[in-house]
Formats: sequence, C-alpha cells, structure tokens
Amino acid sequence: MKDLDKNFKKDTETEFPLREEMRPRKVTTPDGQVIDIDPLADYFCQEAPKVHRKSYSAIVEGFYNWARANSLWILGFGTGCGAIEMRPLMTPRFDAYRYGIQWRPTPRQANLLVISGYLSVKTLKRAIRAYEQMPQPKFVVGLGSCTINGGMYWDSYNTIKKLDEYLPVDLYIAGCMPRPEALLAGFMELKKIIRKGEAEGANKYAENFDWYKANQKSVIKDWDMPDYSW
Amino acid sequence: MRDLIEKLTPRYTLGNATYQRADLTFVDVTRDELRALLLELRDKEGFTHLVLLTAVDWIEEGKFQLTYMINNREADQTLGLRLYIDRNDAEGDTIHDIWPTAATYQRELREMFGIAFPGSPRVDEEFILEGWTDMPPYRRDFDTLAYSQQTYVEREGRETHDPRATMKHKMYPEG
Repeated sequence: MKDLDKNFKKDTETEFPLREEMRPRKVTTPDGQVIDIDPLADYFCQEAPKVHRKSYSAIVEGFYNWARANSLWILGFGTGCGAIEMRPLMTPRFDAYRYGIQWRPTPRQANLLVISGYLSVKTLKRAIRAYEQMPQPKFVVGLGSCTINGGMYWDSYNTIKKLDEYLPVDLYIAGCMPRPEALLAGFMELKKIIRKGEAEGANKYAENFDWYKANQKSVIKDWDMPDYSW
Repeated sequence: MRDLIEKLTPRYTLGNATYQRADLTFVDVTRDELRALLLELRDKEGFTHLVLLTAVDWIEEGKFQLTYMINNREADQTLGLRLYIDRNDAEGDTIHDIWPTAATYQRELREMFGIAFPGSPRVDEEFILEGWTDMPPYRRDFDTLAYSQQTYVEREGRETHDPRATMKHKMYPEG
C-alpha cells in the first residue's frame, strides 16, 4: 500500500496508565500485618517458556508425532466470522469428530488454537493468554484472509494484519471465510505437518520469545498481564 | 408531523425541518431548549422511545451534530432532533435521567468522538477500545489507514486494484 498519509502522525508519546488493580500497593492482612503487594510480580510466574526438546531417537519421535497428529483438541475460542463456520463442523453435517478432532472449553484441555478471523487488539490480548496457557505441544491455525494480510480490515485502526508477528502460526487456511470443507482439508494438512515433525510453533515461540513479546507489546498498549501466562 | 412542528414553533426556536419520509422528520434545535423539548415530546406527545443518539462530524464547519432520534410507537412517527455543538472543546448535556439508555450512547460518543457529557454515569471509563491513547477514532481528522500503517505490520505482496481501471483493462485490453 503506497498511500501513506504524511500529515497524520500517530500519537506515540502518550503512555497508557497501569490499571488501578495492577498497581503496587500496601494491604493490611486480617491479622493486622501490613504487606506490600505488586500484583504483576506476585500473582504470576514470570518465567519464560522453554523449548520442548525432541526425543532421543527418531523412531520414538515419529511415534510421538503420530500420536500428536491423531489427538487434536481445538480450543473453543471464536473470533470473527470463522467462529460461525466452526459450528457446522462440530455438528452432524460436517462432523469433524470422525477425524478425531474435538473442541474443548478451556485452554488447559486444548492443543490447537484456531484463530477464526480478524483479531482486534482487544481480542489479541485474550488470544495470547489463551495460547500461552495451552499445554505443549500446541499448534495455531489461522483462518481466512484477515489473519493472513488483514483482509477487508486492511485499513482498520484496531485490527492486526499479520498474525504470525504475534503468535507462531503452523498453517493458514485461505478464504473469506473458508467453508467447513476447507477447514477439514486444512486439518488434514495440519495432521501431515505434525506427522512430519514440522509443527514446531511452540518451540519457535519459546526460541524467539523476546521478538514475539516486543511485537505484542507494540500493539497492546495496556499490557497489564504477566509476560508469560502459565 | 408538520402539525407537531407548527405546534411547537411558537414556544421553541426550531431550525429548518427535513421531511424525509411520511414517518421520518428531522429538525434543528438549540442546546438550552433541548431538555425541555425532549421532556415535552416524551411526556405529552408520546415520543417514549429513544431510538439512537449519535454524532456527525462536520469538520469543515467546525461542528459536531448530535442527533437525538426519538420514536412515537402509537403514531408510527420518528423524529430526529439535530443539535450542533462546537467541535473544539465539544460538550453535550447528559440526558441519562430522561432515557437511561442514553448513558450507553454517551459513553460511546465520549470514546469515539471525544464529546464530553459531564454527569453521565461511567462516562469516562473505557467502553469499546482498550488502552487507546490516540485521538478519538471516529473524528474525521483521524486517518485510520495512516494509523494502521504506522501501527500494524503488513505482509508483503498485497496488492489493491482500482475496480474501474481493472475492469477497463480486463474488458478492453487494447484500450
């Protein structure tokens, strides 16, 4: 896009103040003790993620990958219009369950995060937390043109345009929106990638953790959560 | 609707009226009479429902237009009251005690247009945007394309085509 407006300059000076509940403060405990509380440091573990190392032998790693490929649990986290396309997938019409793909309600029980459409900055914050809470090995699939290059939200003031700057994406499924058949084909493709041992998104995230965090913090101005959510 | 406007004209300074449709009318009002007018329309004329409260940015005239759209269900009539306020230091009067839903509209206007409504409940809290530090994004001098180009990373290789030029080239390649 070449028509960058030279006159309009975004405000880069103003810092968003930390929300009141996240500010360090003094609290009196029930037995009268006064203690200092820094919510961001005290309530969360700040340790960065670690790389999940491969198995000692290629045969064992191949077996692991086969098992991983056949155990896809999608986090039921819908953003944008793709959330609507996933409903028929769950139900008898397209029936993703016959491929061993099911939806789970919490990130702790899922290993596949489907970003199903445009991500506003506000949703990106939640998606990052959900992704980080998922147990390894975990995979990310981006649906539709919005996650690939912004799609129809290419000039939106509040929507990210390139998902792999912020989360490690293993597979994109093109379309606006991709139909459930395309999603099924995409999941089959993802299974192949996992079996080949190339779905190393979580390790990529751990290796380039600082780069991902810098990108995330450049768009999320009210960063009031830990750097890594366990 | 003309009867109602004529009936109100002696007591209120009403500006020019637009009779858009048989059931839709717009009329200009002044800020100090707005409250009395809304109360009279609600209690005496049967306009019991606030359809919407929104703003238009007339940047060339340096004004915001607040549109209070109210509806009389029995008579199937909608009336839009247009109120012009200064664009710099924009401030409106809260009407959340007349219609409680107005508080939500006023929060939205505060965030998206930067129009202050002193006294409206929770009006200075975040509403839709989170951690927004730039100017209110619905103002017309906010350039959303330039903002998104300066904020979000783009993927290389995306092209845009002017529909007119593309179709001309497709249908008449020789020119």
